[in-house]
Order: sequence, then C-alpha cells, then structure tokens
Amino acid sequence: MTDAALPHATVATAASARRDFGLRRRHAAEFRFRLYGIVAIIIGLGFLAILLVSIFSKGYTAFVQTAITVPVEFSASIIDKDNERATNPRVLVSANYPIIARNAVAKALGVSTDDKAAMRDIAKFVSDGSRSTLREIVVADPSVIGTTRNVTLLAAADIDSANKGQIDLTVPQDKRKVSDQQVAWLDQLKQEGAISTPFNWGLLTFGASSRPETAGLGVALVGSLYMMAIVLLCALPIGVAASIYLEEFAKKNRFTDFIEVNINNLAAVPSIVFGLLGLAVFINFFGMPRSAPIVGGLVLTLMTLPTIIIATRAALRSVPPSIRSAALGIGASKMQMVFDHVLPLATPGILTGTIIGLARALGETAPLLLIGMVAFVADRPTTPLDPATALPVQIYMWANEAERAFVERTSGAIIVLLLFLALMNLAAILLRRRFERRW
Amino acid sequence: MSAGWVVAIVLAIGALAYFFAAQRARVQRDGTDRSKEVAHSLPTYHGWLAFIFATVPALLVFLVVSSISAGLLDSRIRSEVTAHIADPAAASLSIGIVRNASNALTQLDLSGANVPTSYAALRDMATSAGISLAESGEDYMVPLAAGVNADAGVHKLIGQGLTLLLALAGAALAYSRIRLRLRARNQVERVVLWSLLAASTVAVLTTVGIILSMLGETIHFFSDVNPLTFFFGTVWDPRFAAAGSSGSEGQFGLIPLLMGTLYIALVSMLFAVPVGLMAAVYMGEYASNRVRSTVKPLLELLAGIPTIVYGIFAVVTLGPFFRDLSAALAGGFSFIQAQSVFTAGIVMGVMLIPVVSSLSDDVITAVPRAMRDGSLALGATRSETIRKVILPAALPGIVGALLLTASRAIGETMIVVLAAGVAARINFNPFEAMTTITVKIVNQLTGDLEFNSPQTLVAFALGLTLFTLTLGMNVYALYIVRKYREQYE
Repeated sequence: MTDAALPHATVATAASARRDFGLRRRHAAEFRFRLYGIVAIIIGLGFLAILLVSIFSKGYTAFVQTAITVPVEFSASIIDKDNERATNPRVLVSANYPIIARNAVAKALGVSTDDKAAMRDIAKFVSDGSRSTLREIVVADPSVIGTTRNVTLLAAADIDSANKGQIDLTVPQDKRKVSDQQVAWLDQLKQEGAISTPFNWGLLTFGASSRPETAGLGVALVGSLYMMAIVLLCALPIGVAASIYLEEFAKKNRFTDFIEVNINNLAAVPSIVFGLLGLAVFINFFGMPRSAPIVGGLVLTLMTLPTIIIATRAALRSVPPSIRSAALGIGASKMQMVFDHVLPLATPGILTGTIIGLARALGETAPLLLIGMVAFVADRPTTPLDPATALPVQIYMWANEAERAFVERTSGAIIVLLLFLALMNLAAILLRRRFERRW
Repeated sequence: MSAGWVVAIVLAIGALAYFFAAQRARVQRDGTDRSKEVAHSLPTYHGWLAFIFATVPALLVFLVVSSISAGLLDSRIRSEVTAHIADPAAASLSIGIVRNASNALTQLDLSGANVPTSYAALRDMATSAGISLAESGEDYMVPLAAGVNADAGVHKLIGQGLTLLLALAGAALAYSRIRLRLRARNQVERVVLWSLLAASTVAVLTTVGIILSMLGETIHFFSDVNPLTFFFGTVWDPRFAAAGSSGSEGQFGLIPLLMGTLYIALVSMLFAVPVGLMAAVYMGEYASNRVRSTVKPLLELLAGIPTIVYGIFAVVTLGPFFRDLSAALAGGFSFIQAQSVFTAGIVMGVMLIPVVSSLSDDVITAVPRAMRDGSLALGATRSETIRKVILPAALPGIVGALLLTASRAIGETMIVVLAAGVAARINFNPFEAMTTITVKIVNQLTGDLEFNSPQTLVAFALGLTLFTLTLGMNVYALYIVRKYREQYE
C-alpha cells in the first residue's frame, strides 16, 4: 500500500503532499458539512426539549391544588334563620354559604369575626367555589345543620400560588396579590396541619369558570370525546368505502383521476378553511346549533377524511395480489374477495391510519374557533347538540386569561392534551408492531 | 313520533325482513334436489336484498318528504309575514320570532282551542315554563305559528305513514320475489358498489362545498365593497365598533395582511429549510442505523404536537425570552417585541422542520443509487456527492417539497394568532408585530356575529384568497413532485 492511498492527508509524506489535490481543504469541507447536519439535528431536538421542558415545568403544579381542612359550623342562624326548611327547601340552596366558610376559617385562625378588615382578607383566602361545596353537603343531608364537621375547602387561586411558592415574597406587599397577613395565616394553618395539596381532580371535571381554582377541563373533555366519536363514526366508514372503491373497483379514467387529485388537495387545505365551510354550510345553511360538538365533529370529519383515505389505500395496496387471485380462483365474487379477504388483512393498517387521523383532529383548534366553540360553558353537555368546548380551544381560552393561576392551568391542560396524543400514537405503534405483516 | 323513532322502526322492519327472507331462501334451497337445480345466491344475500328493499326507498322518501315539508312551512311563514311587514330586515327578524313561537307552542303542547289569542299571553305562558321568547312579537303571529304547527303535524303524518308503508311494501315485495335462481348476490353487490362510489365523491363534494360557500359569501361581500379596494387597498380598518351605523364602511385592504402572511412564512422557511434539509441529509447519508432509528421518531414528534401548543410556547416562553435577550443586548431597550414576525416565524419554523425533513428525505432517497455510487467512485467525498450530484438531481422534488411546506406556513393559524399580533400594518422590521390573513379570519368571526355585515363577510373573501393561494401552490407542487418521481422510475 502506498502512502497516497491512505485516506488522510495528515499521514501523507512530503512527496504525496505535492500530489494532494486540495485534499486537506476538501476533507475540511466534508467535516464542516457533517457538522452542519449534526447542528441541524441538535437544533431540532433542542427545540423539542425546550418546548417540552417549558410546558411540563410550568404545568405540573396544576395537578395539585391547595385545600384547607377546617371544622365548619353549619349554624342554623345563618343557613335557615326563619326555620322554614321543612316547608321551603329552597332556603337551603340560596343560603349564605360564603359567610359560613369565612367564619370557619376565621375561627381556625383565631381571628375575631367582627374584625371587618381581616374578614375581607379571609374572604379572599378561600375559594368562592366553597359555596357549592358547602351547599352540596347541606342539601344532601339537612340534618348537618346546627352541627360542626371537618370540611375540606379549596383555597383561593392566589393563596394556592403562594403555597406552591410561585409568588415572590420579596416584592413589596402592595405590588403582589397576597398580603403579608395572608402569608402568615397560610404558615399558621400549615403548622396546624390544616393545609393539604391533594390531586386536582377539579382540573379534569370542572366546567368553565372565571376563577382559576374552580375552572376545569370537564366540558372540554366531554366535547372532545363527542367530536372524536362523531369523527370515528363518520370518517372511518366513508373513508374505507371511498378507498375500497378507488383502489379495487374504479376504472382508470378522468373521473377517478379527478377524485384522486381532489383528495390529495383536500389533505393540504389549511384547516381554517374547513372552519369557514362549517360556518357557511352546517350552521348558516342547515341551521345547526353554534358551539355544538356535532358541527365540530362534522368539520373535523371532513378534515380527517383525506388522511384516512390515504392510509387505507396504502394498507389495501400492501395486501399482495396473490391473496386476491386465490380468492377469485376458488370462486369468490370481486365484492366477496374485497370484503372477506383483502379488508381483514388491511385492518391493522387502516386502524393505525385512523388513530393518527383522530390524534390530529383532537389537537385541531382553528376551525373550532370559527364555529363558535369558544364559549363560556359551565355545565357538561349531555348530547352532541349542547354547547361545549374542546380541549385545544379551552387551552386557547385560558391562554388569553391574565391571571397567574391560569398560566399554570394552561400548561396543565396542554399536558393533558399531550398525554392523550401520546396514548393514541402509542396505540397506533403497538397496533402496527403487533399485527403488521410483511409479505 | 320523532324522526329518530321512524328511522329505528324502518331499520327494525329491515332486520325482520332480513331474517325472514334468509330463512325462506334457506328452506327453498334445502327443499330442492341439488342435482336438478342449484341455488344462485347464499341465503344471507337474499336477506340483505330484503333489507335493502325495506329500508332504502323508505328512508329516501322520508328524507324527501321532510325537506319538502320544511320548505313549504318556510314559504308559508315568509309569505304571511311579508304581507304584514314590507321591510326585508324587519321581516327576517319577525320570521325568526314566528319560528320560536311555533317551537314554544309545540313545547307547551298547545294546539286548536288552547292557543292563546295574544302574543303577550303566549309569552307569559312560555316564560313560566322556562322558555324565553322575544318581546317584540305581534298578535297575528300566534295563529300563524299555530297554523304552521298544524300543517307540520299533517305533513309529519303523511311522511311517516308513507315511510312505514313503503318499508312494509318493500319487505313484502322482496320476500315474495325469493326464488332459487334469483340473482340476489349480484343485486346486493350492485347496491354496495354504488354506495362505495357515493362515499368516494364526498371528497369532491367537500371541495365543491368549500368553493361554493366561500364564493357565495365573497360575492355578497363584493356587492358592498369594491374588489379593487379589497385586493389593492393598503389600509385594514374594518371598524367593528361602528358596524351598522351609516357612513363608516371601514376599509378592507388585503395588502397589509398578505404582506404579513408572506413575511412570517418567509422567516419560518429561512429557519426551517436549512435545518430540515441538513437534518434529512445527515440522517439519510451519514447517520448510523441506531442514531437514525432514535433521532427520526424524535424529530417527527415535532410534527405531532398541536399548533396551539406551539402558539402557547411562543407567547409564554420564546417571546418573552427574545424580548429580554434583546433588552440585555441593547442595554435596556428591547428591540424585539414579545409578539413579532421574528418570534412567530421561528416557532413556525420549528413546527416545519419535520415537514421539510421528511418531504426532502423522500425526494433524496428517490435519487438512484447508481448516481451516488458513480460520483463516489470518481473520488468525490460524500459531501461533494451530496452537494454536486444528489441535491441537483433532487432539486425539482425539493422545490416541490418546499412549496408544500410554504403553503402549510401560509395557512397556519394558531401560532400566528397567538404570536404574531393583531396590528395590520406594512412594515419591514421583523422584530415588530404584523398580522396575517388567518389571524384576521379568526378575529372577524369570533364573538357575536351579525352575519350580513361586510365586517363578517370579509372573512370569507380572505378565506377564498387563502384557499386559492394554497391550492395553487399545492397543485403546482404535486405536479412537480409527481413528474420528478416518474423521471427516475
């Protein structure tokens, strides 16, 4: 082997250096080129990491919520001062429960209920949602009136933030939302063991609320679930039928070509255009209700259809022709061949494509904004015709709220959304691994 | 009986027809000597044929009668209301009130002699039952609403009776037609084939629906606003607050929005194309299998993240970071605004990295092996092969891929809604806020809408512009990609 054949100029002799056609320069260029590639990949992965870390670090605290457990005196003089609950059960619903909550916390803190200024601070200490907590207890069991029992109340959002250490206490008192007095109370209650931070089920069950601590994804989750069900029920049969026609039956002619070009183009139409379609056709022309999951589901169906058709056609194409010939050879009709032999073998591929299409539909926001799913809906919808929101739309709405605690909830909601997407994609991958056949 | 029940009963009749027809075919088959005559179709096909006979015509008739009835009732309300009120805007309001009144009558279960004589009385009854009606109704509307309800009842009776009769008749006909040699399978298969064809036209119908609906509203918009001032206007000022009051039409200039859209798309492409392309090249030509099998799915994760998440990332993390960074660099004055072309472009670029890299990966792997080997055999280094042989050969495909990516960038909504700002202005500083077509569509259409004002209709004109723009790019890109792919096959 001669020196010149060695790959690196560094070991070349003086003689070969003269015959070096700029090898050093060329190898340096090669090295740089590789470096660019590595840098590009690092940039991509770096942004992925920053994005996930920033979302998770901001959002994980949303999954716990500060709660205060205090003995609450269900005093008859406040709830039902005229003693008429036997004849008029509505007094139990409309009673002044916030006062009861306030008094209970004041008693636990040893604050006199006559101290107006302190009571105002205490009113901002417990969540306004404690009203419904206490009401539910009393309405469920009116015999509790006149007794005292331990009740766990939600803390107000600012107190929650303070308890999670998200409020900078070195800032002067009048420039932050929590007063020194409230911080002192918080410490006092902590010492007494009255403060706990249980898992925040409310984040997954509550509806819309202007108070962060009682705002949740309940309505959005139900809305998204309805929409996914509608997409699955409409897009899967239509998509599979269309693919079967195009792949197995359609003759190669102008009309078939036209349909194919159409499907490919629909896959690339901006999603917001589908929102305009939904607004003009479903809501304006057919008079369907605004903000309803049925309209959202239909719009997302039209959007998901091309994805499912493309995936299904690929799955049908991957079934080898020998299967078709064998079926036809033993006397099956063409329709029997497709439905009894080809389609079952293509099912894993079709389901994988469908799940991926559903995952994309789940994260879609823009078309839903146009059909009015940005609504303040406090009650969970019972049918797909009731107003609802969707998971990504709820994230968008919370992102527009100014309060500190909503930032945390926005990121928390994103974590919920990403978990759903991860689960769906995992299901698709497992399905593919488990059932995919190589022919 | 509600529509749901009618459909359920028809389906139940169909199910019974299936069962009995299949049974009859089975009996006929088993009762004949196979050496003399053989059944043409399996019993299940006879069952399906009976099911189709029982359900398809009945449901079609039900649909037709229902829509005719809706049209008749609509025209009755319209003609009687316009007999009372001449002004079209007021009439459309009154038509709505009559509809609500007739719904309220149905919900209160009032008809005939029970119907109150005055609108106020009806309204009181409705309010006490928890149904809210408009205040401005008039007394003539109550008998009209009641009459419409009576008509609706008659139509419903006709439609439902006809539907159920047809279902039974179809089932009976199919049952009586069952013969050993009946070509039931072929008939069923023909129906299935037609429904497959119908399913594949849904995509076409969607496109037609998009074009027609947007075109209709756009023409409506152009009857109020001159198309020239829309397409060439440089001021965007729709004047939401003054909507309805005369003399303040607002200005709907497309140019600032279009420029913002293209500017942000350009910034995102400047970021995404080098990164995505280099990532694709490195993974295709240099990376070992192990590196590729971990890095590629990770990069594709970026494509699976919903755009709303990118938007929030831009607003909450990256925007403030750039602002503070620029403040630190310039000594206090932050020359990058939190919402800016730059921030939106970079975040959108991150979203586009996997798009660019997977599209160009397809294109690069389509370049024949022989070209690569030839170049390497001549002594070129790998990077020289890539730069001087593979990329030029793949260039048309890459251009197509880039066009597809650019059309994604132009049509992207949530990132720009959150990160680009709403100020519609023409400006060349990338560190300031600009707005896009998609942002304005969302702005004009969220909140309470008055559907006939130009402020709302302009969204459809914007949408049509966007659709045409992206459609043109997609068609051209697909054309290039397809032509290029054929070149090496």
